[in-house]
Amino acid sequence: MSAAVMDYDEALAAFDPVMGLEVHVELSTASKMFCGCSTAFGAPPNTQTCPVCLGLPGALPVVNRTAVESAIRIGLALNCSIAEWCRFARKNYFYPDMPKNYQISQYDEPIAFDGWVEVDVDGEPFRIEIERAHMEEDTGKSLHVGGSTGRIHGASHSLLDYNRSGVPLIEIVTKPITGAGARAPEVARAYVAHLRDLLRALGVSDVRMEQGSLRCDANVSLRPDPAAPLGTRTETKNVNSLRSVERALRYEITRQAALLREGTPVTQETRHWHEDTGTTTAGRSKETAEDYRYFPEPDLVPVAPSREWVEELRATLPEQPHLRRKRLLAEWGYTELEMRDVVSSGALELIEQTVAAGCAPQAARKWWVGELARRANETGSELDALPISPAQVAQLQQLVEAGTINDKLARQVIEGVLAGEGEPAEVVESRGLAVVSDDDALGAAVDAAIAANPDVAEKIRGGKVQAAGALIGAVMKQMRGQADAARVRELILARLG
Amino acid sequence: MALTPEDVAKLAALARIDLTGEELQHLAPQLEGILEAVASVQQVADADIPPTSHALPLTNVFRPDEVRPSLPREDVLAGAPAAEEDRFRVPRILGEEA
Ligand SMILES: [Zn+2]
Repeated sequence: MSAAVMDYDEALAAFDPVMGLEVHVELSTASKMFCGCSTAFGAPPNTQTCPVCLGLPGALPVVNRTAVESAIRIGLALNCSIAEWCRFARKNYFYPDMPKNYQISQYDEPIAFDGWVEVDVDGEPFRIEIERAHMEEDTGKSLHVGGSTGRIHGASHSLLDYNRSGVPLIEIVTKPITGAGARAPEVARAYVAHLRDLLRALGVSDVRMEQGSLRCDANVSLRPDPAAPLGTRTETKNVNSLRSVERALRYEITRQAALLREGTPVTQETRHWHEDTGTTTAGRSKETAEDYRYFPEPDLVPVAPSREWVEELRATLPEQPHLRRKRLLAEWGYTELEMRDVVSSGALELIEQTVAAGCAPQAARKWWVGELARRANETGSELDALPISPAQVAQLQQLVEAGTINDKLARQVIEGVLAGEGEPAEVVESRGLAVVSDDDALGAAVDAAIAANPDVAEKIRGGKVQAAGALIGAVMKQMRGQADAARVRELILARLG
Repeated sequence: MALTPEDVAKLAALARIDLTGEELQHLAPQLEGILEAVASVQQVADADIPPTSHALPLTNVFRPDEVRPSLPREDVLAGAPAAEEDRFRVPRILGEEA
């Protein structure tokens, strides 16, 4: 059943949306939160587990120091206060993704709280208040068998892989985001992108949404106007790309608006986002915090970060993203508009790494924001998920500058790299894409072009040098774009000058 | 605070314990007795006595972020009620639509 939705502009004319975003970040520590099992992604199922992360009787957790440091650094980067003393708590629930039947989390004593970030929404700053950032452990991964699409619905049974169970997780929760109006979905997207950049700069996570190391749950409710009390909210899960954050919120706003318009109350529930249909469907009704029967984790002693430790960690924070953007803009000589395009297409980090690999800033921008952004868009993937690295883009540009290929051939090289055909130089070799600057081969083509266009040749002999363009075009066509244009020009003028 | 059989039924459902009506009637007064015992301790606890969650006066017990060997998969799956494709096999998860 597909629910009725209201036109977006109409919905926003009638209602004021209020959002809340919960972002889960998997930390890139070597070992898990409470045991020494590896956190490496993609290992064969159930090869990274032990008594602690399987919840076997008698096993005792011990906190990973690096994970606590990362949590504090994240808190500081979000302008949060850091707790002087806090505890872990057990969140009790029965679900096969957690073999202990509880998740070790934090409840009313998060390690970081009361922060804020300022995100860039189409060139304008928007401030988002952070409620808290707390430490917890990730759950195992379930695979539902027998259903049509791997979903629970219609499944006959489920298969569990506990490699991910116990991977350190930080949950970052915003305060209600008000005042975004019609831009709410864009604000949410900008916020998640901002967190992604910030966390990557901190070096605490891989922040790969497609691999699930950055996940977003989006709450939204509608009220008739900004003075009205908050409406009933829904929580949309399974929102695993920046694009989906925006789309899911847009959809949910139009769905709730249609319900409210016809006088049907919104049900407080968890909903699942479906990328394929662009809709959300109802999940299990939300447990209340009481149902989780939180209590202080008896197996772990409190965490009490000394102020000295916190200050030491503060000193390791990278430059704030907005200051960094300002600095790079000056260093790279981009215009404000160019920089905005770079940031909004998620290319800042990629360009920085490409420049670090020896590429000129303008060339790096041209490839990432041009050809590569176009291809990412075509396949609906994020720019950084494309199977081409900044080093490979730098190599590509070197090939262009060395005259081995021209821009047009470079696009074919990109196609080859994305198709997994190897490094740029290998693609040039295997696809035979190198520009021909060999005088014998070019000379033959030039002679043929002159013979085929006697009137043009005559003009050049008569001193109209600019007519050479037509002959260069003819040579290019004959050599399928692979001729060295500058050399062709020299050869033409040498023959006719 | 009076515990009703309905309260006990809710707790039982959260703990996935299947209790008959008779058992609920039987357990409600027992749990009530436990709550009373806790309440009498609470009377002694003044505002100047901080709530204690841990018996040890310790904080910041950490381990370095080092990988240690995990269990062999055969051993891990030997403890599973059923296994399939190197994973734990569990019944269909009820009460959720996705
Ligand atoms: Zn483990």
